[in-house]
Amino acid sequence: MKLLSYILLISFGLILVYAANELPTRGDPNAPINRDSSLAGTPGATAHYIRNAEKDMKTPNVVTTILADYRGYDTLGETTVIFCAGIVVFLILRKQKDGSKV
Amino acid sequence: MVQKSNSIIVGIVSRFMAPFIQLFALYVIAHGHYSPGGGFQGGALLGASILLLRLTVGDKGSELVFKKEFGTPLSGFGVFIYAAVGVLAMIGGGLYLDYGSLPFAGMTPAELRSLGILLVETGVGIGVMATVIAIFDDLTMRHFRD
Repeated sequence: MKLLSYILLISFGLILVYAANELPTRGDPNAPINRDSSLAGTPGATAHYIRNAEKDMKTPNVVTTILADYRGYDTLGETTVIFCAGIVVFLILRKQKDGSKV
Repeated sequence: MVQKSNSIIVGIVSRFMAPFIQLFALYVIAHGHYSPGGGFQGGALLGASILLLRLTVGDKGSELVFKKEFGTPLSGFGVFIYAAVGVLAMIGGGLYLDYGSLPFAGMTPAELRSLGILLVETGVGIGVMATVIAIFDDLTMRHFRD
């Protein structure tokens, strides 16, 4: 059984390495992610962000602009998830001081 | 209840290091516009500095810096800041979280967006810091008297 799992893991690893060979190099202008328009003809997001980030919000760090402004809803959700984690730990572990069951 | 560390070297060195970690965390939050960093990373650093004090100085000493009761309320307050900036943009006449229409006079929309990012990152930083500390305090609390 152990041998079988090793064979499975190694074969999946080889498939991943084989697939990684076909990935576009970083910053390749012809890669689908970096094109001005997608295959369906809609405008591409990446080029728009890189071109307009500094002009729109005077912030040179494109990652910050995408994280906090273009994708503001997403970051709001992330913060809420972290808050929820804290609340859940609070609800499970904290008991009242007089020993009463919560 | 965390036991105080017995080693005097660990206690003094961590007490010496904690303010510098906090200063670096504030730098990471405030400089997120220009360099890698932002609310999440800075908040984690702030939380880690308090956890360092909790582990080495003990509960009594570290509660002078950050009281245990503040953990959970502050984490909610951080999320509230984020959501409130969105509502503030709505009051200014824009869409939710559209920082370009924040109601502050005398600034161009680009500057307003920059300011909005800073406000939001501050909220995220406070939230992450308080959550990390609150989870640690809940995990190390001993109310299980059976």
